[in-house]
Amino acid sequence: MTTPEHSASAKIDVRYVAHLARMHLSDDEVARLQPQLEQIVGYVRQLNELDVAGLEPTAHAIPAQNVFRADEIRPGLDHAVAMANAPQAREGQFIVPKIIE
Amino acid sequence: MNYEANIGLEVHVQLKTKSKIFCGCPTIFGAPPNTHVCPVCLGYPGAMPAMNAAAVRLTVLSGLMLGCRINPYSKMDRKNYYYPDMPKNYQISQYDQPLCLGGGLEITRPDGSKKMIRLTRIHIEEDVGKNMHFASSSGIDFNRAGTPLMEIVTEPDMANADEALAFLEGLKEILRYGGISACNLEEGNLRCDVNSSVRPAGQAALGTKTELKNMNTFKGVHGALLHELARQIAEVQQGRRIRQETRRWDDAAGITLAMRSKEEAHDYRYFPEPDLLPIVLSQAQIDDWAKTLPELPEQRRARMIRDYGIPEYDAGVLAADRAVADYFEATAKHGKSAKAASNWIMTTVLAKLAGQHLTIGEVQITPAQLAGLINLVEAKTINMPTAKEVFELMFAQGGDAAEIVKARGLAQVSDAGAIEKLVDDAIAANPKVVADFKGGKEASLKFLVGQVMKLSQGKANPGLVNDLLRRKLA
Ligand SMILES: [Zn+2]
Repeated sequence: MTTPEHSASAKIDVRYVAHLARMHLSDDEVARLQPQLEQIVGYVRQLNELDVAGLEPTAHAIPAQNVFRADEIRPGLDHAVAMANAPQAREGQFIVPKIIE
Repeated sequence: MNYEANIGLEVHVQLKTKSKIFCGCPTIFGAPPNTHVCPVCLGYPGAMPAMNAAAVRLTVLSGLMLGCRINPYSKMDRKNYYYPDMPKNYQISQYDQPLCLGGGLEITRPDGSKKMIRLTRIHIEEDVGKNMHFASSSGIDFNRAGTPLMEIVTEPDMANADEALAFLEGLKEILRYGGISACNLEEGNLRCDVNSSVRPAGQAALGTKTELKNMNTFKGVHGALLHELARQIAEVQQGRRIRQETRRWDDAAGITLAMRSKEEAHDYRYFPEPDLLPIVLSQAQIDDWAKTLPELPEQRRARMIRDYGIPEYDAGVLAADRAVADYFEATAKHGKSAKAASNWIMTTVLAKLAGQHLTIGEVQITPAQLAGLINLVEAKTINMPTAKEVFELMFAQGGDAAEIVKARGLAQVSDAGAIEKLVDDAIAANPKVVADFKGGKEASLKFLVGQVMKLSQGKANPGLVNDLLRRKLA
């Protein structure tokens, strides 16, 4: 298990972020996106100026919890409907490029 | 130099629920591919997950049975990575606030001694789909995607393959007792990742670990560890460094192999799952669930020894499976001898079930019927060979032992007059054997007993035959 990244640096590694998102960016795109992304993150970073000492961290903004559903079976999608968007199918399965482990 | 090993396990257990963790699709195994799917478990954009209450309850119950602290506040997180069997490109799991913390499981080592294996945590998460490989492509079946899993993470407390095996067996026993999981290994209900490292004896710091991924049999874990620890020790002895890597166990070849090493460490970018709200558990709620917990295997063994006066060995065999223990207790309550009930179940019933790949739940003979059969033996109405014969009939078609014995005329003949006649016949027919016996050949008596049993078609009471022969030949 890895720890979440809390990088203090303003510099964003656009190529690395694109790689994590499985996006292929050209050099031009990297050059164009670099300042844009830094601007966006810089804007959000203004929050760092707030004094949050003494505030409990929260994962959600709304004060709600414990929303559960009962363990009951409900009808899903018919097989044909589920496969309708598959670019390729075989023996009832979604076909993807060969997985190499 | 001597080496010590440290083994830690991450065990993924399929929770026994009817529906998946975030949607109403069934969790039944073996359906045709992609027939138990819906927008949620297929990861359609905008489809909203809803937490299955049973998945939370079963995980908390596991935590209680394993001595964990139940986290009063727990939340779900997204673990981001790309793999074809996970359509959302993230798995909903728990990161920094799992449902259960700490705890441990006491194992019994092969030499009978006990050792506590500490747990780090237990969290819930969704399973991914299953992939199948064709010649030039792969196929994905999402029936399994969204199946509720509980991941149990241990501290690196196990020192060898035997301890890891004992842990897995002990864990399986408890989870089956609690009705948490079917623990059916063939159906992939229990899979584990095995982390192991070696270090020179006495060294404080742990060695560099390797990880064996996705092991799905206990035998595999044991075999893989025997090999992997030996490999690591050999590497260190030859002055080489252990590389931190993921390895794969090749069961057929009996070796572990390095998997394609990853260029970078995983960067899962965990963040709180915005579509699911936190789980907040009150002590009252936890106490309420705790009341539904069954007696644990260890407590049950102790009680069975105390209440029925059976040996520790018997209690160990019978209590290993809750259904078998229930069957024994019901039989013992109906019967005259608890020890006889234990013997019958351990030797005859379980052997018969194993031979036919059945479970105790599928046996035709009710505990009351088995007790009836045992009582006929105890009352000397039938002898043991006859009882086994009656058992076979009951096993095949059920029925009452006393009725079968009556209908087939199998009752043991204990009428001395009737047996005496047969004893006389046997003596008259075998003068040479009789002479041998009188001449001191003790074994000849056995032959004569056999002859009488044959004449009685197996129904004579062998003890009585023996007594009569001795008296007549004295
Ligand atoms: Zn579904």
